[in-house]
Amino acid sequence: MANLFSSSIGKKLIMSLSGLFLILFLLIHLTINSFLLLDGVFGFEEGQMFNAGAHFMGTFPLIKIVEPILGLGFLIHIVYSLILSFQNMKARGSAKYASGSKTQDVEWTSKNMLPLGIALLAFLAVHLVNFWLKIKFGIGGHPAEAEFPYLGTGMVHGEDAYALVNAAFGNILLVLCYVVGSIALAFHLSHGFWSSFQTIGWNNQIWMQRLKVIGNIIAWVIGLGFAVIAVGQYLFFQ
Amino acid sequence: MKLDSKIPQGAVAQKWTNYKNNQKLVNPANKRKLDVIVVGTGLAGGAAAASLGELGFNVKNFCIQDSPRRAHSIAAQGGVNAAKNYPNDGDSVYRLFYDTIKGGDYRAREANVHRLAEVSNSIIDQCVAQGVPFAREYGGLLDNRSFGGAQVSRTFYAKGQTGQQLLLGAYSALMRQVNAGSVTMYTRTEMIDLVVIDGKARGIIVRDLVSGKIERHFGHAVVIATGGYGNAFFLSTNAMASNGSVAMQVYKKGAAMANPCFAQIHPTCIPVHGEFQSKLTLMSESLRNDGRIWVPKKKEDVEAIRAGKKKPTDLSEDERDYYLERRYPAFGNLVPRDVASRAAKERCDAGFGVGATGLAVYLDFKTAIERLGKDAIEARYGNLFQMYEKIVDDNPYETPMMIYPAIHYTMGGVWVDYELQTTIPGLFAAGEANFSDHGANRLGASALMQGLADGYFVLPYTIQNYLADEIHTPRMSTDLPEFEEAEKGVQARIDRLMSIQGKKSVDTLHKELGHIMWEYVGMARNEAGLKKAIKLIAELKKEFYSNLFIPGDKETMNIELEKAIRLEDFLITGDLMARDALNREESCGGHFREEYQTEEGEALRQDDKFMYAACWEYMGEDKEPKLNKEPLVYEETEVKTRNYK
Amino acid sequence: MEKTINLTLKVWRQKDAKAKGGFETYKVNNISTDSSFLEMLDVLNEQLISEGQEPVAFDHDCREGICGMCSLYINGHPHGPDDDITTCQLHMRKFKDGETVTIEPWRSAAFPVIKDLIVNRHAFDEIMAAGGYVSVSTGGVPDANAIPIPKPIADEAMDAASCIGCGACVAACKNGSAMLFVSAKVSQLALLPQGKAEASRRAKAMVAKMDELGFGACTNTGACEIECPKGISIANIARLNREFLSAKLKD
Repeated sequence: MANLFSSSIGKKLIMSLSGLFLILFLLIHLTINSFLLLDGVFGFEEGQMFNAGAHFMGTFPLIKIVEPILGLGFLIHIVYSLILSFQNMKARGSAKYASGSKTQDVEWTSKNMLPLGIALLAFLAVHLVNFWLKIKFGIGGHPAEAEFPYLGTGMVHGEDAYALVNAAFGNILLVLCYVVGSIALAFHLSHGFWSSFQTIGWNNQIWMQRLKVIGNIIAWVIGLGFAVIAVGQYLFFQ
Repeated sequence: MKLDSKIPQGAVAQKWTNYKNNQKLVNPANKRKLDVIVVGTGLAGGAAAASLGELGFNVKNFCIQDSPRRAHSIAAQGGVNAAKNYPNDGDSVYRLFYDTIKGGDYRAREANVHRLAEVSNSIIDQCVAQGVPFAREYGGLLDNRSFGGAQVSRTFYAKGQTGQQLLLGAYSALMRQVNAGSVTMYTRTEMIDLVVIDGKARGIIVRDLVSGKIERHFGHAVVIATGGYGNAFFLSTNAMASNGSVAMQVYKKGAAMANPCFAQIHPTCIPVHGEFQSKLTLMSESLRNDGRIWVPKKKEDVEAIRAGKKKPTDLSEDERDYYLERRYPAFGNLVPRDVASRAAKERCDAGFGVGATGLAVYLDFKTAIERLGKDAIEARYGNLFQMYEKIVDDNPYETPMMIYPAIHYTMGGVWVDYELQTTIPGLFAAGEANFSDHGANRLGASALMQGLADGYFVLPYTIQNYLADEIHTPRMSTDLPEFEEAEKGVQARIDRLMSIQGKKSVDTLHKELGHIMWEYVGMARNEAGLKKAIKLIAELKKEFYSNLFIPGDKETMNIELEKAIRLEDFLITGDLMARDALNREESCGGHFREEYQTEEGEALRQDDKFMYAACWEYMGEDKEPKLNKEPLVYEETEVKTRNYK
Repeated sequence: MEKTINLTLKVWRQKDAKAKGGFETYKVNNISTDSSFLEMLDVLNEQLISEGQEPVAFDHDCREGICGMCSLYINGHPHGPDDDITTCQLHMRKFKDGETVTIEPWRSAAFPVIKDLIVNRHAFDEIMAAGGYVSVSTGGVPDANAIPIPKPIADEAMDAASCIGCGACVAACKNGSAMLFVSAKVSQLALLPQGKAEASRRAKAMVAKMDELGFGACTNTGACEIECPKGISIANIARLNREFLSAKLKD
């Protein structure tokens, strides 16, 4: 194990594992966000399911433990991407090809993970300012309070996260920002998913194609999922 | 000049064992004190350097390319022979020995060839242990294919890249020794002269091809494994940088050059397409397993095809002349290389050649595709067909390939005794560089065998018999006057070339040499032509020294200078080849004298007069070299006329 | 059918490793479309020599696509605009009359330019020396047929082993990564029973050397595989990762 993480493959393993962890988080996040559109389907009043979900995420002990790990996951993924990118730029050398790179059939996303990542980071900042900081720390104003059913224990009293989100998605600019961010996320993941399996070493001629297909499905489900929710909120829930 | 072949006592099958039992060895502590220089990193050089390093000698290994892995052994496609008899088709050490002697038209030394056959099996074992991915059967065991001139399947192969895989095996072993510190590697470094001290080879002078600096290196012994001199013809299947310079350097220092006229012309190469052509590409001999060679029967069809009015596929079966099958019904398209090449030349000279230049014949897979299906042919030759299509832009599945013979390998080379030692004590020659084991013609898949045999299993033994007497010789300073003088000679040689400042480029002059060689010292030779060649080469030499132009300067990377030095040596080689061919008044193997042929046009040997290795001794610049003879004695094999009908 | 074309060449010229290089523009006329790209450069060089100038230095040797010496970056592609070939197998029929062709050396920090279009690929030898072998000495090995190897495994090892060490993968990679080269050798030897015994050691040593020599890390763009003249698959890279990580985890 010694000095694993000083090797290039070790650093990539960190990127890979932290990336997969973040994908897992995104899937959970998406599931809860889907409540934004689904109250009607399950016979709840608008916002009840989402508020319950948000309450669960805010109070359940295990989630509390996982939360800093999640933050660390983001941090590690970002820091190591910068370290690796810097090393790779150094390896490429200062001399550039005058005739550029015309290699065909290279996925555009695979060559642009860093720019996509930076875009996502910017988007993340917007996202955190709009929601997380408010819900978590009350920075930029606490959300209102509301009552909603919670995990079969009857009604509870908690933050009205739904009202906050619903209000935010009433802003067409913010919705557009979310659509763009979500699509960038889809692109990022469409390469990131199979790439992380390649780095772990779980790949061969057969699995490479399969993982690419699975990766694309997951990426676009996540990306389009978030986008559709934002748009849906804007169109149907204002 | 004394030519002592040092053939050990005993029956031919016992000689190598006897030799090993009685030779001197060097103990491990002393090995560390001995420096061995190995020039070349191909199969012979790379394998020798690695093996000597493993034994504990201090090895310095030199190559002109940027990495030892690029040596031209890498380009061998077909395979490597060994007497394993895995297919149970009756092969044996004796049969491999016999086929090689016969294939070489009885012009090779029996003892050496038998040793080669004996160690052939160890080569396969060694390569497999190194991780060479030979082709395998579904049962997991090694697969074999057949090659020209043999009735058994004894050729091991790795796709169409056998040479590459064997070389990479040797290269890996070499790199392991580099890592261990027992071999020091000098890449992009070219040997320019040999240093002889008190009659023994003691070092070399090299030019660093990047900086242009001249450097000196000491060795208790020097091994040259620098390949053949086929590029004297300018166009050949050899790599662009393949050269015979080192052979000429040591020839000038007193080593004998044996049978220089024995050059192999490979029948299946892609034909020349224009004056700007830089090299010829070989298509593996294995293609002759399924391809049928033909030219049109009628001259009007030839004309029509050349004019583009007809396509080869328009000709019906009875309009085609499958001349190899016609002339050699027993072996058909699988006759040995020399026979197939001459037959192609005969047809083209008679005016039946196809292609724009009229110097090409068809190699047709139509019958095989009908019989086996396109898929089967693709599985066997797919990579070769693709290579052909990339070069020629024709699809060989639909239209026949065009092929023509080209210079491929040189059986002649530096004379060595049984120990691979030249006439200069302490100077050894291995692989294609020596005059070796193939006599007048080499069988397919035997070059790889010989290179590796020399490098892995012969030289590491025989060199110790010499080095055992050198353990008291301390490492010598490279400031000794002999080194000083050799370096001065090299400097003077380079200065002379740089100062000519004429009009013609090296390649222009080299092409002129190539034309002379191909025209008069090529596939068919005669007295008048050879005499003319000697005269023309002498004239070309004059022009070389008066009209050569090398741009740039010598103390930097200067590729034109590198090429000029090599061409200067090719001019001597070419002259020597012509002289040797002129002297050898017989036809045998790759050497065909038009005056000596049977009524059917087959090679006619003169065993009573020429059963010897012709060893040429350098007598000084512009002096005629002296011929020495090593008689060849056949104890084990009965000398017969080769018959492939 | 043969025809001739005229071209404008933009060629990188650099006197030596330390000098600052730049592009020079040359014209070549009446180039046969049947000739190879390197033969076209031969024509250019003859032209330059006849004008008393130094010819363009470029690496080449076997000119049949196997030695791995040739290394030109042509119009945005290592080995030029054709599939599964080395520069020496590129033919002029791939170019149009009047076209401008840009010719550059491999670009990577680990492959410094020596002169004009020639780069130093010594780093590959160093990586090989670090562990690209099976540690067997000459002699004393078992019979070649002692260990059967299933044909699919042998074939897969052969595919990996067909790497010619030209460096196109590094040249194509936006990260200047040598992972395809390293993985091809690690895969070949890890697949075969003869090489398995020291597979862990090999993977660790070769990766460590690769990192030390300043090659970049792999971001799985797959450009190397597309430009590789021998079609080496990036599945080998996954195998290298697997071999390396499991070796490290065992430590």
